[in-house]
Amino acid sequence: MTDPRRAVEAVWRIESARIVAGLARLVGDLGLAEELAQDTLVIALEQWPSAGVPDHPGSWLMATAKHRAVDALRRRTRYQEKLAEIGRATPEHVEPDLAAEVDDYVGDDLLRLVFTTCHPALPTESRVALTLRLLGGLTVAEIARAYLASEAAVGQRITRAKRTLAEKRIPIELPPPAEAAQRLASVLEVVYLIFNEGYAATAGDDWTRPSLCQEALRLGRVLATLAPHEPEVHGLVALMELQASRLPARTDSAGHPVLLQDQDRSRWDRLLVRRGLAALARADGTFGPYTLQASIAACHARAPRAEDTDWDRIATLYEVLSHVSPSPVVDLNRAVAVSHAHGPEPALAIVDALDLPNYPLLPAVRGDLLARLGRSAEAGKEFRRAAAMTRNAGERALFEGRAAALG
Amino acid sequence: MRYLTLLKAVHPTTPPPPGLMEAIMKLGADATAAGALLDTAGLAPSATGARVSLAGGELSVTDGPFAEAKETISYAVYEVRSKEEAVEWASRFLKLHRDLWDGWEGDVEVLKVFGPEDFPA
Repeated sequence: MTDPRRAVEAVWRIESARIVAGLARLVGDLGLAEELAQDTLVIALEQWPSAGVPDHPGSWLMATAKHRAVDALRRRTRYQEKLAEIGRATPEHVEPDLAAEVDDYVGDDLLRLVFTTCHPALPTESRVALTLRLLGGLTVAEIARAYLASEAAVGQRITRAKRTLAEKRIPIELPPPAEAAQRLASVLEVVYLIFNEGYAATAGDDWTRPSLCQEALRLGRVLATLAPHEPEVHGLVALMELQASRLPARTDSAGHPVLLQDQDRSRWDRLLVRRGLAALARADGTFGPYTLQASIAACHARAPRAEDTDWDRIATLYEVLSHVSPSPVVDLNRAVAVSHAHGPEPALAIVDALDLPNYPLLPAVRGDLLARLGRSAEAGKEFRRAAAMTRNAGERALFEGRAAALG
Repeated sequence: MRYLTLLKAVHPTTPPPPGLMEAIMKLGADATAAGALLDTAGLAPSATGARVSLAGGELSVTDGPFAEAKETISYAVYEVRSKEEAVEWASRFLKLHRDLWDGWEGDVEVLKVFGPEDFPA
C-alpha cells in the first residue's frame, strides 16, 4: 500500500505553488505566505492519512490556507479590510463556487508570484533559490544538493531575499505594462539559468543536479500556459525541450562529452523533439533571442544525420541573433555555422575579428578551422591553448585529444 | 522521471455521459498547465487492431478483438517527481469516472519509463 505521507507530499508537490501564490496575494508578504503554506501542509499531513486524500485536494488546501491566513491577519491591524476581501472565514463553509473563485484567481496569482520571486531587485542566485523554493516546491536541502551549496547558505539566501522584498516594499503584483517586457525577461533568465545548471551537471553527479533540467522545463511549461501570448516564453520552452532531447546522447559510456556532430541521434528523445518543435511553432514569426536559439536547435533536431544539417539556415539565424542579442559568443557560433555552410576561410576571418579573452571555445574553434585548412602546427597550438584555458575536465580531454591527433 | 499510464476497462456499450468528456479535457488541461502531462491519446478498440506473437519459435498474427475482457482505452505520459505524483493524476482521472459515470469500472496501470536516473554512472 502507498505510504500515506508520500501520497500527501505528492499532492503538495502538485498544488503548493498555487497555494503559496494565493496566500501571497492575500497577505502581501512572501515570508508569511510560505509559513502559512507550511502550516497548511502540516494540517494535511495530520488529517489525510486517516481521513483519506479529499476529492478536491487543491480546493481543500486553499480553503484551509485561507483560514490560516485569516487567523494570522486577525493578529494584524489590517484585519477588517482583509476579512471583507476574503469573505467567509471558516472552511466548513466551503461551497462549490469557492473552488471556482479560486480558479479565477489562480493564473494571475501564479504569475504574480513568479514575477516577484524573479524580481530584478534580488541578486540572481537569490531569484533562483526563491523561485525553486516557492514555485518549484523544492526543499532547502534539495536546492542545496542541486547547487552543491550548504543548506545554511541556501536558507540564509532565501531569508535575505524575502527580507529584501519586504524592506523595499516590492508589491506582489503583475508588473505595469511599461516594465512588463523587462520583467518577463528576468523571469525567463531565471528559468534558463536553472536549466543550464542542470544541463552542466556531469554523469556521476547526485541526480538532484541534472533533475534541475526537468524542473526548469516544468516551470517553462507552466509559464507557457500562464502567458500564452508571449512568444519568447514558447521560444524558451522550445529551446529547453530541444536541448533536453539531446541529453541521452550527450555523454559516452565513459562519461566523456560527445560533440553534437558526433552524437548518436537515435538516442535523442523524439518526444521532446516533437514537443520542442510544437512549442517553437507557437512562437513562429518572431525573433526574440530564445526563439532564435530554439530555431537553431530545431535545425539540428530536424537533421537525421549531422551531414544533413541546414548550416546555411543556422548561419542566417545566428546573423539575426547577432543583431537582436549581440555578443562575441554569438559571432563565434555564427563562424562555426559559416564554416560548415561556406568553408573554413570565411569563418576564420570572423573568428580573427573577435575579442573574447579567456573563452576556451575560441581557440578550440580556431584550432578546428586551421586543422581543416591543413595548418596543422598552428591548429595544434590553438587546441593546447584551449586545453590550458578550460576548467572543465571533459573539455580539456577533448582538446588535448585533438592536439595530439594533429601531431 | 517519466511514467506511462494505461487506462484499461471493458469497452463501454453506451457512450460516456457528456459531462465526463468535458471534465477529462479539463483535467488534461490542468495536468498540461502544471507541466506534468507530456503526451496522451485514445486507442481504438482492439477489434481494429492485431496481435503479433512469438511462441514455440513460431510467429503468428491474429486480428483483433483480443480475448481479454478489458481493453486498453488510452495512454498518457507524465513527467513527475515521484511515483505518487503519477498515481495522484491517475486517481483524479478515475475519480471523474466515479463521479460522472455511474457503475463504470476500470484500472489505470502506472508504469515507470526507464530514464537516465535508473542508470547511475
